[in-house]
Parts: sequence; C-alpha cells; structure tokens
Amino acid sequence: MSTEAPQPSKDGAGEDGPFKGPSAIEDRLPSELLAIATPAIELQGIDKRFGTVHANRAVDLKIGRASIHGIVGENGAGKSTLMKILYGYYQADKGRILIDGRETRIARPSQAIKAGIGMVHQHFMLVDNFTVLENLMLGAEGAFWIRGSFNNARGVLSQVSWEYGLEVDPDAVVGDLPVGVQQRVEILKILFRGAEIIVLDEPTAVLTPQETQELFKILKRLRAEGKTVVLITHKLQEVMEVTDRVTVMRDGAVAGTLNTADTNKRELAELMVGRRVVLRVEKTRATPGRPCLEVDQLTVRDESGTARVEDITLAVHEGEILGIAGVSGNGQSELIEALAGLRRIDAGSIRLRGQVVALPNAELSPADMRNLGVTHVPEDRLKMGLISAFDASESAILGYQGDRAYNGPLLSDRGKIVNHCADLMQKFDVRPPEPQWRSGAFSGGNQQKLVLAREIERDPILLLVGQPTRGVDVGAIEFIHQRLIEMRDAGKAILLVSAELDEILGLADRVVVMFEGKIVGELTAEEASPKKIGLMMAGVVGNGS
Amino acid sequence: MKDEALPAWVEYFAIPGINLLMALIIAGLVVVFMGESPWVALGALLGGAFGSLEQFGYTLFYTTSFIFTGLAVAVAFHCGLFNIGGEGQAMMGGLGVTLVCLGYDGTSWPLLFPLAVMGAIAFGALWSFLPGYLQATRGSHTVITTIMFNFLAAILLNYLLVEVLIAPGQQSPQTIRFDEAGHLPFAHDLLRGFGLETGRSPLNITFLLALAVAGLVWLFLWRTRWGYEMRAVGQSEPAARYGGISPGPMIVMAMVISGALAGLMGVNEVMGSQHRLVLGFTAGFGFAGIAVALMGRNHPFGVVLAALLFGVLYQGGSELAFEIPTFTSDVVVVIQGLVILFCGALENIFRKPIVRIFEIRRLLREL
Repeated sequence: MSTEAPQPSKDGAGEDGPFKGPSAIEDRLPSELLAIATPAIELQGIDKRFGTVHANRAVDLKIGRASIHGIVGENGAGKSTLMKILYGYYQADKGRILIDGRETRIARPSQAIKAGIGMVHQHFMLVDNFTVLENLMLGAEGAFWIRGSFNNARGVLSQVSWEYGLEVDPDAVVGDLPVGVQQRVEILKILFRGAEIIVLDEPTAVLTPQETQELFKILKRLRAEGKTVVLITHKLQEVMEVTDRVTVMRDGAVAGTLNTADTNKRELAELMVGRRVVLRVEKTRATPGRPCLEVDQLTVRDESGTARVEDITLAVHEGEILGIAGVSGNGQSELIEALAGLRRIDAGSIRLRGQVVALPNAELSPADMRNLGVTHVPEDRLKMGLISAFDASESAILGYQGDRAYNGPLLSDRGKIVNHCADLMQKFDVRPPEPQWRSGAFSGGNQQKLVLAREIERDPILLLVGQPTRGVDVGAIEFIHQRLIEMRDAGKAILLVSAELDEILGLADRVVVMFEGKIVGELTAEEASPKKIGLMMAGVVGNGS
Repeated sequence: MKDEALPAWVEYFAIPGINLLMALIIAGLVVVFMGESPWVALGALLGGAFGSLEQFGYTLFYTTSFIFTGLAVAVAFHCGLFNIGGEGQAMMGGLGVTLVCLGYDGTSWPLLFPLAVMGAIAFGALWSFLPGYLQATRGSHTVITTIMFNFLAAILLNYLLVEVLIAPGQQSPQTIRFDEAGHLPFAHDLLRGFGLETGRSPLNITFLLALAVAGLVWLFLWRTRWGYEMRAVGQSEPAARYGGISPGPMIVMAMVISGALAGLMGVNEVMGSQHRLVLGFTAGFGFAGIAVALMGRNHPFGVVLAALLFGVLYQGGSELAFEIPTFTSDVVVVIQGLVILFCGALENIFRKPIVRIFEIRRLLREL
C-alpha cells in the first residue's frame, strides 16, 4: 500500500452523496434503487499498451454496488493491468473511469484511496516487525505525537473488526501472524482508510482451504455491509463459490460478463482460453510395477528441533502417481525436500529401487539424487525452480550446469545450452519460445512448463513434484496434467504434493493425507472423495494408518 | 523496469550521456559559485586529461588501476557480496609484487612480470580469503570484515615499511628502488621503439593486462560453469542449493577472485610506475572501485568505461587544481562526487521522462 498521504477519513468517497448532477430519473427514484442502478465502478474503453504489448483493448466494465465481482483470465490476459490502472499505478492511454457515476481522474494510488478504492495485493504491503495497530497507522500517523491518534485508532479498529467479523489482536506483531490473518490486517487497513471498493488480487494464492473459506465469509460480510468487492483470480472454483457476477478477460479484452448463477466452470474456462478445455484429464487405471521409492519411518526436524515430518512410511511404485494431500504447512514441503536431498533427515531411511540411499548423517546432496535419477520440480519455482534474473536458457540447465553436454574443458558451450532450451520450449510449448529472455519475464505458467520440461526431459526414474500448477492458468494446467499422466504411463514413479484437492483427485492413483507431519490416512483413487480427504486434512479422522 | 523498452542507443549511450551532462552542469554551478569560469574549468579538466599524449598517458595509467579495483567489486557483487576491502587487498597485492621483485635476482622483466603478477594475485587473494571464509562458515558479514582487513593491511604495511623493508639510510617509509628487471616498460619507451615520440607518463604494459583481465572476467562470469554457479548463489541461494551448488565454496571463490583482482592494482603502481613500495600508494583507488563498479553496472565492459571516466576525472582534476589556484583538491573531489551521484545513484531520474517522450512519439505516430 502506498504511504502517500492517505486521508484518515471514515466516510471516504461517499462524502457528498454518491450521485450528483441533475437527472430526471434520479429525482423520481428512491436512492436505494439508484444505488443498484449506478455501478460503483464503470470503466469505459480502457486501452493500454506497453511497447508492442497491447495489455488492455477497449475494456468496458461495470461493477455493481454492494456486490462481489470476479475478474478471471489467464496470466497475461490483462486483469492485473486493468486493476493497476484503476488503482493509479498506470495511466490508461484511452478511456474513462467512473466512480459512482462520476468521471474520476486517478493518476496516483493516493487519488484512488481518496476515491474510496482499496487494494489487497498478492504480496502483502505490511511491515513485518510492526504490530497490527502500527501497520494500520502507517501513513496516517496524524500529529508529531502519535499517542493520541493511536488510542483513537484502537477504538476504530475494535469497532471495524467487530462490524465485519475481522478479529485480530491489535498488539500482535504482524510477522508472527499466519498468512490468513496477515491478509485480514491488509483488509482492515483498507477499511480503516475508508474504502468503499475493495480490490483483491489473487487473494487465495497464499491461503489454505480453511483460510480461503474464512476469507469468503469476510467478503460476504463486506458485501452485506454495502461494500463493493472486486476479486481477481484464475481459480474458477472460487468464482463460482463467492461472486455475483464475473467478467472473463482474454488477450486484454473482455470476453464476456456473466451472472455467476447462470454459468458454470466449463463455460468460464472456455471463455478464458478461447477453446474447449479438459478440466480433468482422462486417464486409465494405473498398472503399478516394482516399488521405486520406499521411505521408512522418516523423521525430519527443522532448525529449532521441531519434528516437521514424523515417522512417515510410504512407497511409490513405478507407473504410479502417489498424491500427498494436506493443508499447506503440514510437513509436505519438508518431506519432498528431504527426498530431494535438500534437508537433513533425523531418523529413518530412504530407499530407491531397493537400495538404501539416505540415512541420518548419511544424506545425499541434491546433485547425488539427480545422478540417481530423481528429479524434482520444487514447490516455489520463483525461489528455487529457476533464477529470474538469468536467461531462460541458463535457468533451463539449473542443476545440470556441470553436465558434460554443456561444457567444454574450460568454457561452457553457449550454443548447446541455447539449443537445449529451445528444444525444451518447443516440446513443452513454452511461450514465447525465446531462450534469451529473462526467466522472470515469462508468465507463471510458462515458467512452470520450463521447469517441468527440464526435470521431465531428464528421463528420471522418480519425479518429485510440488504444487505443479500453483499460479498457472487453465490452459497450462491441462497441458501439465497430461504430461504427468504420460510419464506415469511410461512407467515412471511420481510423487505429487499439492494443496489443490482437485489436482490430487484428478491425478493421483493413491492418496496419502498428511496432518501435522504425520500420515493420517491413505486412500485409493476410487475411495478418495473431497469430503473424506477434507476431513483427514483437517485432522478430524484417519483410517488408522 | 525493463518492460518499458527503449532503443539500445538510448539505453546505453543517451541516458548515461545526459546523466554525465547533468553532473557537469551542477559542477559548473559550483565553479560559478566559487567565482571562476566554468568554461575555463571544463577546458582545464579536459585539457588536463586529453591535452597531450603525455597527459592522456596519465589518464590511462589511472584508468588501469580503476579497472582492477572496479572489477574486484563487480565480481564479488555477482555472488551477492559487497567487498569494500579493495584498498587493503591492493596494498597487499603491492606487497606481493615488492617481495617478488626484491627477491628476484635476474635482469629480464618478461620473466619477472608473470611472477610479480602471481605475487599480487596471491597476496590480494590471501587478504580476501579470510573474510570470504568467515562469511561462508560463520556468516560474518564481508562489509564488516573487509573494512577491518583494510586497517590490518595498512598497519601491517606501516610496520613493514618502517621497521623491516625500509631502504637503509632513508627517513621516508619506502623500500629501495628495484633493479632494472623490476621496472615494467613504459608506454613511451615502447612507442619510441616504433618511432613514435611521446611525452613521459607512467602508463605501462599493465594497461593491456587490465583490458585482458576484464575480458577474462567476462568469460569467467558468463561462459564458465563456475561463473554460472557463482552468479546463481548471488541471485538466489535457495535456487543454487536446489541446483546442487553449495553456497560456501562459491562465496570463498568469489572473494578470492575479487581480492586477486584488487591486488593486481599493485602491479600497475609498484612495478609499473614507482619501482618501489611506498606507504599509501593505493591512494583511495580501492574505495573508488566501488563507485567504478556501480557506474559500470558490474559488467566488465561497463567497468572499463567507468574506469576511463574516473581516470579522466582523476588526471584532469589534478591538472585543474594545478591550473586554477582557488581549486583545492577538495573541489575536485566534489566534482567527482557529483559525477558518481548522477551516473550511479540517480541514474533513473531522467529515465522516466525519456520513456514518456518515446511513448508520446509512438502514440503520435499511430494517430
């Protein structure tokens, strides 16, 4: 959030009534009806270019007051650009913005805040070592002595959090709070500044399913209190669940605006991609072979000594996808990192094709694991999977940079590296197929395809995959799922960790559910249902494994 | 941001040019404020740097030292490290050169030269190895440790030059003059061999070594797997670890290379020009390397250009102080500071307006 002089007013945009200017209809209609008739936000013919990229093409959009409006689209469809124009980060080349029916010029975020617009960014704009109250005060400190305004703020905070069901301890340090609660602080901060319109950019990307449900409750509460909510997302499930209307964007233009009640996921997906898509990839029954990976009573502790993975025993067979379900943070990350050689193990053993490869104090390095034929698509591709400042061709050899194929006696063979990358890009349909581009310049889905291509094309015996479709658009999800099924059918063993229940249900042949570092249940694909897995994920029931 | 694409000539020449111009204008105002003519001052500065082959020789001589110290900072930076110990590493490099030259009992410089280069590399690297090792194993921040190593180097050199290596019968802290083999050929001597008569300057063949080293640094960073691994550690440690790269050894390697590069400055000064070890010969060039790397965007080619600019400012500046008596050397430092400010720290202030101009031009063309 910008710290530019926001107005600590509590009435925000509604100051002099939402409607101005003489109009025959306005005189005759009661104001409640008008409130519905005049959209809270109206965008007319918004057009924006960045160099050769046409990010928004004559976008028209009306968002009704006191409603939850979803904006969906693939990565790069222009939804973020549109919202950044609304929030004053960018200026539209053409077009008008009407707030409450009045044309409003928004050149800076501070003007957007004044107009009653608040934005919750995907990456929170909070000071980690400040308390909740201090964060709320940021940019609205008032006088030189801040004690008075602090006490004032405390009062307002308790009122606002009661009103909207946003309970937060005002004296908790933000860095110590769970992500879901931090997001609540962001929303509070916006309400605190008098926002009537709340824009949320991919708010559920960082949340667990439970936290997502909490968030949706809050959004519905906000709507009930008359606030307008704009939800940017690419998760169709969420759109169906919480929005009143939904606008689909494709290639910078509006592909359609629909009443959520009158549509379904398939229709939205097709509008987004512009062609028919398969939401669940067809697959045949698995024919598991020999066990490939066997984990025996594995325990992994973190730096503080807390067991993150406790006494886990599992096996992945050749020709099988084992799905690990669970709410994020229940030890799945630590498990997959231990298997990839990135973490110390404290007890138990790891066997590959019957051979013990790792014991406590005799772990293998990531390089060793690769040599043994274990490749790894890490959960966090931006932090681990690739290096955004590197060329795509350089990221495409991460982990294999020492390979003879890319190195002469002294210098590396640039030509071969670039060709290798071009080859991967062609096989996995990475767009644009430009090996010389910065890795960070690609969209999330294309980055993920590049990482997958690198790890799959190594022809591993075991593939470890973490969150393969997080932040990836629908078209790419279909492609990635197909590739994983193909690999399975080629007799490879795949260990899949995903927080998306749909993904686990769609891909896995067997499902193991983790809760607080332990396995609480194991199900076959036939037994698995969202309800059963959901209860296990919450730690409510197990099946006695 | 790179997403607002500008033509390459604007990106790499026009914007730095405008920044430089801006720095000169502000510096000009300072000159006016002091009651002197900015045109005369600018003339003296440029004349001092380029006026004759002799003066240009001095400019390139200083450039040589700036290239080494600038590259040192740039290499460490690519591994995510901030080496501000260039000054101490350069001192130690000079000590290495001196010990080799004093110990050599021959007459031919071409034989001694590679040995002296190795001495400079070894001593410079030694002085950065420990900070690197401490960073890798204990997490002791290189900014702190390299600063302390600067003091250690200064004190060590002081002790050696006062108590041990001082020339017999001398009062000033410096060693005896090296034998002939310890004198690198000057550019003016070499050029005379081709029948070109130029003024005397300390420019020597170390300049060519500096250019070659800049090329090697580029090759190392972008065309070897070790450079790749080092840059990976600098960009993202988790990604490097994922890629099977241990950050510790890379950090040590980056610091060792960085120190070796800074140490090479000793070859230029000690064996190339003064032919003896003199206390304080580094004259702040090690610190200036930080600014050189900053201006050169940590790219070897950029570092060479930035070093040239610093060479011009250094040489032109000293002539300026000589020609206009009201200008003390402090004023020259102010002018240098303004250039660093505009070209390094404030490089983006003119970027936005220029981007806007190009956007408007594009829109007009479309209409």
